[in-house]
Amino acid sequence: MALAAQEAKLNRRPFTRWWRETGWRHLVGLGVVVFAMFPLVYVFSASLSPGGTLITANNLFSNVSLGSYIELFNRPQQPYAAWFANTLFIGLTASAGSVLLGALAAYAFSRMRFTGRRFGLITLVLVQMFPQLLAMVAIFLLMLGIGEIFPAIGLNSQIGLIMVYLGGALGVNTYLMYGFFNTVPTSIDEAARIDGAGHARIFFTIILPLVSPILAVVALLSLVGTLSEFVIASVLLRDPERQTLAVGLYQFISQETSQNWSVFAAGAVLAAIIPVALFLLLQRYIVSGLVAGSVK
Amino acid sequence: MTETTTTTGPKPEQSKKLTRRQKQAGRIIDATSMGWKLILFKIVVLGLLCATAVYASLVLFMNERWLVGSLVVVGAAALTWIYLQRGALPAKYLAPGLVFLLIFQIFVVLYSGYVAFTNYGTGHNSTKEHAVHAIMLQTQDRVPDSATYQVSILEESGDLLSTDELYFAVTSAEGEVYIGAEEAPLELTDEATVEDGRVVAVEGYEILPFAELLNRQQEITNLVVPMSEDPNAGYLRTQDGQRAYVYTSRYEYNEAQGTMTNSETGTVYADTGEGAFISEEGEKLLPGWRIQVGMDNFIRAVTEDSIRGPLIYVTIWTFAFALLSVVTTFVLGLFLAVVFNDKRMKSRKYYRLVMILPYAFPGFLSALVWAGMMNQEFGFINNVLFGGAAIPWLTDPWLAKISILIVNLWLGFPYMFLVCTGALQSIPEELTEAAQVDGARPFQAFRSIKLPLLLTALAPLLISAFAFNFNNFNLVYMLTGGGPRDVSAGVNVGSTDILISMVYKVAFVGSQADYGLASAFSILIFIIVGTISVLAFRKTKALEELN
Repeated sequence: MALAAQEAKLNRRPFTRWWRETGWRHLVGLGVVVFAMFPLVYVFSASLSPGGTLITANNLFSNVSLGSYIELFNRPQQPYAAWFANTLFIGLTASAGSVLLGALAAYAFSRMRFTGRRFGLITLVLVQMFPQLLAMVAIFLLMLGIGEIFPAIGLNSQIGLIMVYLGGALGVNTYLMYGFFNTVPTSIDEAARIDGAGHARIFFTIILPLVSPILAVVALLSLVGTLSEFVIASVLLRDPERQTLAVGLYQFISQETSQNWSVFAAGAVLAAIIPVALFLLLQRYIVSGLVAGSVK
Repeated sequence: MTETTTTTGPKPEQSKKLTRRQKQAGRIIDATSMGWKLILFKIVVLGLLCATAVYASLVLFMNERWLVGSLVVVGAAALTWIYLQRGALPAKYLAPGLVFLLIFQIFVVLYSGYVAFTNYGTGHNSTKEHAVHAIMLQTQDRVPDSATYQVSILEESGDLLSTDELYFAVTSAEGEVYIGAEEAPLELTDEATVEDGRVVAVEGYEILPFAELLNRQQEITNLVVPMSEDPNAGYLRTQDGQRAYVYTSRYEYNEAQGTMTNSETGTVYADTGEGAFISEEGEKLLPGWRIQVGMDNFIRAVTEDSIRGPLIYVTIWTFAFALLSVVTTFVLGLFLAVVFNDKRMKSRKYYRLVMILPYAFPGFLSALVWAGMMNQEFGFINNVLFGGAAIPWLTDPWLAKISILIVNLWLGFPYMFLVCTGALQSIPEELTEAAQVDGARPFQAFRSIKLPLLLTALAPLLISAFAFNFNNFNLVYMLTGGGPRDVSAGVNVGSTDILISMVYKVAFVGSQADYGLASAFSILIFIIVGTISVLAFRKTKALEELN
């Protein structure tokens, strides 16, 4: 007790010293908070101004109502609810698929020795440097060709889009996962083998739970990646009913410009809730993933 | 990749030493531990795969896509073989991802390479045969005083493998029945039943009932059926689904000479090997067709002034943008990391939480919101922060570039802050203390001790951040759309466009799509990115550490 009181006394520094040591840091912090927050505060306030245009949105929080959120769901030209559902469907399926494909491949690279393994790893690292969107024209023409014969998986099909995203899965995720798989000691596998577990069982029931942090990171990053993906989605999905939020909201803005700004803002706020919440919840994992080398 | 397969075991030397009996024991373990559920699952999945492959290859063969159809068969057989045999364990784990990787990443890159050597684009979408038909269809007149045909509209019967395609069945003056569709010229058939000069039933087809005729009226009036393989013979069309008339085109096609002649003006349009019919005066008949143009797209990109100019400044801006983005975000991120990396400071957690928000907010939305805020007339920045000034944030060529960098700083500094904090905390504090004991000022100690360590640790991340920004399509396209547009350029391009957004705009924005040229630009990006990665990997030796 006495010790704590003494420490508190020591901590009470004179103002000038406090300022020199940490005070100015708070001032910098304040500046950063303002810089980081003002666009977000602005869009939130804009979403609450009923029937607002770009110009009325400038009076922050002058007129608060949920009207724009209601109107958002009542526009037949811009089916926001459908966009939202499509985005979730495509994002969740693609990210689950990516995690599975990536984990299978990472397991093979980390635990098995085979001819062409090093070549495979190097190829994956190199493929990582060439994002899929570089080949957008070819992807479009390929899906156009597929769609002529199999309309269900060709142009304007969400299944087709998911397949394209899965094509990028191995290149982006495997290397990140491979590093993490290597940190799980092989003695665990060996123990399981001695107990009679087969390779599939070892993979699904022993290894996967042990590497769950990296699975969460990869799932989140690829979910957020697909949520924001614009190029391929805009090229492949033609009907407004089938589009994703990124494509739909972009067209919303380019068609209406400064009119219905508050409706757009409401749409943006709703679209951002899931990724922001996930980021804040999984902060710690993400930071470790970032340091391991992935960029949003 | 699959010959020397062994199961788990970190070192190859070790696993090679396994005796035959050990291997056999391993296999028995594998076999017994795989429950019947897993076997059932395997059978069901492989069964579905094979069924889909058989269906897909059948459809492909029916459409005369022999190569793709055979590839589907071979691929499905290979997959089945991989999963049904013992061993080849790595293949079992790699195959699912590899299938997608091969089609949607490797193949499309090669295909870009192919498209770059064609004239594929608006007006050059299809084969010469299609182009001839399309030209003939554009300018059609009913043949005066020609015969009227009784027509019935048919659809293929049966659900499996049938299409929605409509067919005409007509009876000739001699009472013979002909069937034809859009892509299939009229052909004689003897499997039809005729009543009162009208076809009432055909083997393998169903006659559309009257209600359907009304439902699909648009489709029926748009249907044009060639009279024969020779496009000059004319086409059958109907307005009401009851009577059809012969229409002929104003153009006459001479297959032997490869020319189109306008029968009204007498102008001759010849196929001069440029993928279109061109008259002597240089007038082009559109649509043309797809041909190999060799290096033309690349030559155009470097010799035509209206393309070369934009290509050069877009490339320079792409490099400048990527480099400046990395530098600005890194400097701000590092500065903040240093400022907040002081254990005496309270509530660091909350600052960090706020700072992560711009990073968590989806990037494309941030760019759209910033675009609204930077609007010259109504935007928040001009109206509120600058008290009604009319600063052209997004419409002035230079200011737009600066705006893009500002927004990217907002988007990117949290990432740099997070990674710099991580790297700073992993550098032992003793190093700085030792330097200070030796008399170094705090900044000096930071500059000559921590910074070099930090840069070494973060070099790979900075390279990937550069690569990311090099192709940061969303930011550029959502914030400025690449604009303000350069009106002197021959392609749709503006002063903030980066290479990837230029590819997108050339291929997909506006009425004139030029897939060939866009692919040529993509190839250019591939080469640039490839060169940079080779240099980067050489420098960091990242690949050598792989094992």
